[in-house]
Amino acid sequence: MVNKSIGRAHPYIPNTVPEVKEEMLRIIGVDTIGELFKGIPEDLQYKGKLNIPEVLDEFELRKNVGKTINKNVSTDEVISFLGGGCWEHFIPAVCDEINQRAEFVTAYAGDAYEDHGRYQAMFEYQSLMAELVDMDVVNVPTFDWAQAAATAIRMASRIKDRYEVLIPKAISPERLKVIKNYCSPHITCIMVDYCEKTGQLDLEDLKNKISSNTAAIYFENPSYLGFIETAGEQISEIAREHEAITIVGVDPSSLGVLEPPVRYGADIVCGELQPLGVHMSYGGGLSGFIATKDKVEYVQEYPSRLFGLAPTVKEGEYGFGDVLYDRTSFAQRENGKESVGTQTSMWGLTAGVYLALMGPKGMYELGQTIMQRSQYAIKELGKVEGITASRFGNVNFKEFVVDFNETGKTVEEINKQLRAKGIFGGIDLSKNFPELGECALYCVTEVHTKEEIDTLVSSIRSCK
Amino acid sequence: MKKIKREHKVRDFHQAKWDEPIIFELHKEGERGVRPPSVEQEVIDSVGDGVSILPVGMRRTEEPNLPEISQNRVLRHYLRLSQETLGAGLNVEIGQGTCTMKYSPVINEAFASSPKMTALHPSQDEETVQGMLEVTHNLDLYMREISGMDNFSFQPGSGTQALFAMASIVREYHDTNGEGNQRDEIITTIFSHPSQASTAAVKGYKIITLYPDENGYPDIDKLKEVVSERTAGFVVANPEDTGIFNSKIKEFTKIVHDAGGICYYDQANANGLLGITRAKEAGFDMCFFNLHKTFSTPHASGGPAAGALGVTEKLKPFLPTPLVEFDGAKYSLNYDLANSIGNVRSFHGVPQNILRAYAWIRGLGAEGLRDVAEIAVLNNNYLYNQILKIKGASAPYIKGERLEQVRYSWEQLTKETGVTTDDISRRMADFGHQYWTSHHPYVVPEPFTLEPTESYSKEDLDEYVASLTYIANEAYSNPEMVKNAPYNSTIHQVVDEDWFENPEKWSITWRMYLRKLEKQSVKV
Repeated sequence: MVNKSIGRAHPYIPNTVPEVKEEMLRIIGVDTIGELFKGIPEDLQYKGKLNIPEVLDEFELRKNVGKTINKNVSTDEVISFLGGGCWEHFIPAVCDEINQRAEFVTAYAGDAYEDHGRYQAMFEYQSLMAELVDMDVVNVPTFDWAQAAATAIRMASRIKDRYEVLIPKAISPERLKVIKNYCSPHITCIMVDYCEKTGQLDLEDLKNKISSNTAAIYFENPSYLGFIETAGEQISEIAREHEAITIVGVDPSSLGVLEPPVRYGADIVCGELQPLGVHMSYGGGLSGFIATKDKVEYVQEYPSRLFGLAPTVKEGEYGFGDVLYDRTSFAQRENGKESVGTQTSMWGLTAGVYLALMGPKGMYELGQTIMQRSQYAIKELGKVEGITASRFGNVNFKEFVVDFNETGKTVEEINKQLRAKGIFGGIDLSKNFPELGECALYCVTEVHTKEEIDTLVSSIRSCK
Repeated sequence: MKKIKREHKVRDFHQAKWDEPIIFELHKEGERGVRPPSVEQEVIDSVGDGVSILPVGMRRTEEPNLPEISQNRVLRHYLRLSQETLGAGLNVEIGQGTCTMKYSPVINEAFASSPKMTALHPSQDEETVQGMLEVTHNLDLYMREISGMDNFSFQPGSGTQALFAMASIVREYHDTNGEGNQRDEIITTIFSHPSQASTAAVKGYKIITLYPDENGYPDIDKLKEVVSERTAGFVVANPEDTGIFNSKIKEFTKIVHDAGGICYYDQANANGLLGITRAKEAGFDMCFFNLHKTFSTPHASGGPAAGALGVTEKLKPFLPTPLVEFDGAKYSLNYDLANSIGNVRSFHGVPQNILRAYAWIRGLGAEGLRDVAEIAVLNNNYLYNQILKIKGASAPYIKGERLEQVRYSWEQLTKETGVTTDDISRRMADFGHQYWTSHHPYVVPEPFTLEPTESYSKEDLDEYVASLTYIANEAYSNPEMVKNAPYNSTIHQVVDEDWFENPEKWSITWRMYLRKLEKQSVKV
């Protein structure tokens, strides 16, 4: 075995060179490094050796870690129809080129001078996203859509000084878990039924549940189950009648073709940035946004940082800084608005690059292609005996519920057989939506070719 | 021929300045940055244009006002902005104390950007992500070693979210024991990250803040005074932002436990502790590490980051789900925890950072981890020794006993020159350095916080000290020079704070700026 400890300073740690260590100790005026830890009581000093594998050098590391991650089957190697909050999309090469730049990758919380470029890129992201959602204010990104929704709800609760929020039962179960956690213990989440046939929010149930305690109605477009909620205007009207705030969660890849929620009455818009040029990374690509109009009572309730433009002492220069910094918990600790910290700025920056590349035409074509491909998939799947390709009679965007109840097979069985054929079938809804029986949520985006959709259809047809 | 002399003691620096317009100003009608995938004719023949079926009122009628720019120009714009950003990869990044701006090994970026990582969907069947689950499980095991805790969740997306998760666990724990209503206070300290207080407040707790005693330790007598049957939890960092290790920490946790509270440990800054001391022995019930600090995953311009949340056996049922488990042959996801707080982030946290941190630990081994702690502390004590030689600088509280970072003060320099820590911050930009003051409120007057980590050589530290020394001397000889900085940064000073405070002016987006300008010109 090679002895790795002889004469080899660790490449990540320059001062492991013994002579340098000695010199530094001498300057400090101590004999051993151990003396520097004398503030830690003896009984708290760990005497054992951590049970962690031996050091690997870079070559070994590449082989070892490479071998481990190669056990994963990536969606590049199969045809995947998984969505449900994280989606496979086309990612322009420029997005990766920019978000892998060492300057951005290794930057953090520098000031507006040293990190001018980062501030400008974030300001531009805020500005580009504002155009897509047709709102004035967009924040530095949150952790994900779920937390953006939760934070939007908390903002509404503070604005209205009310402590109930109405949420559709057809919401993503993942998202709901996060929202409930962020709302507890102050805000009660009240679930509103959906129409069995169309999936649309049950307006009668909504009217029964809304009251003078309601801070906000939160709903999503497209919904978790893929259908477009068409009663946006009526929902926000009901909210207005009760002086409640309308919050709409959106998938921004739809906004080239779908009306931005502000046009049907949204006061706060939130959603997920991952579709805008960010890899899925097993969910690590998620990143949320919140947008509002430029009203003081809304702006002052954001917990997030908001980068603003300003002149410098030199004519012609754009400078940047934090708008209303004193809102934040950085400035006011427990008295700030909610809580801020390191969230997902890099994905905001990437979404900015993506929107700059796509432009208005690109966003329209993206939306249109997704709609065409998903409609084609619904149509072709619908031809398979026993399958209702879209469980809800409604217009969908990107995702739709495939009903397998009449096939006599479970989604689990079907997905297992599909996996053997190199296909990841849709998300099994039977656990989270037991009322639907054996249904699956299928996702078709601009990356799913006709050939791949046809392969899915023939593979399902041949499931035993 | 003559020798080119390079004898200047501080770096002759100038940051890139590209004078880039705001991206909307690059708009040229008709240009395209990229074309999304097109659709086959057969699909069009089958379903038509795809959008006519949208119900009235739901189809977008006005296209978004996004700019149209060619690909090369978009790329150039962002490359230029990247050059105007002083990432840790480019500088002696010791000025952002508490942020642990260590070297992020480039090899780990190759793993994180592999399609075997990036092209994984969070709902894939367990069988198809065995590699990822193996990495997660092993990192859990390493974290258990490092902390003494019994189980880790990697779902939190950062330290703040880990603190939020811990406050949620405290609440769920007391609710489960029927003491939820009675226990409504969480105790923290002023020299801790503001998120300790703010996340506990989000979970509905009243916050009690301990201040330091004359030596800089959290005041133990005050703790005895405030702890009661209303105490739900105690959250603290150790060392705190001062870099001073609280040697009485076991007494603190015992006092809180005796009163029935949960003790949770903010280990965001654990860089001086790896293999040295552990959360378990100090009596903590929970702790978290920031993978983007101690465990080297890059800070990514402000995330995605990752918080590794560890708990003792009694709190395991409260963790967010899923947890990764291993039966000796296969890795699986466990969603079935009796008292789970639900989720704090969707799915599995930030798995690419789990992978990076795992690779970092493998690249060090147990001995290497101890080297990290030892050299981080050596570097910090060397820096401490050197900084105290600078005229006008001091380090309040106990002498010595600093681990991985120090909160210093320019109190004397400010008194004598009028130059503040904020002025010095801007002037440091002229020499290619980051510099950070402190969280608010400023308990230490005119504060600055330096954390040299293990990643920088003695020469690197000397360079940083030389820059600070130069500026301190300048403050005494030519204070206006410091006050009007920066000069060699990308931009000059922003002086009109009104742009950030006044609703008539603040411009968080380009459209707000244009509209407010227009409104103003109408008024004139």
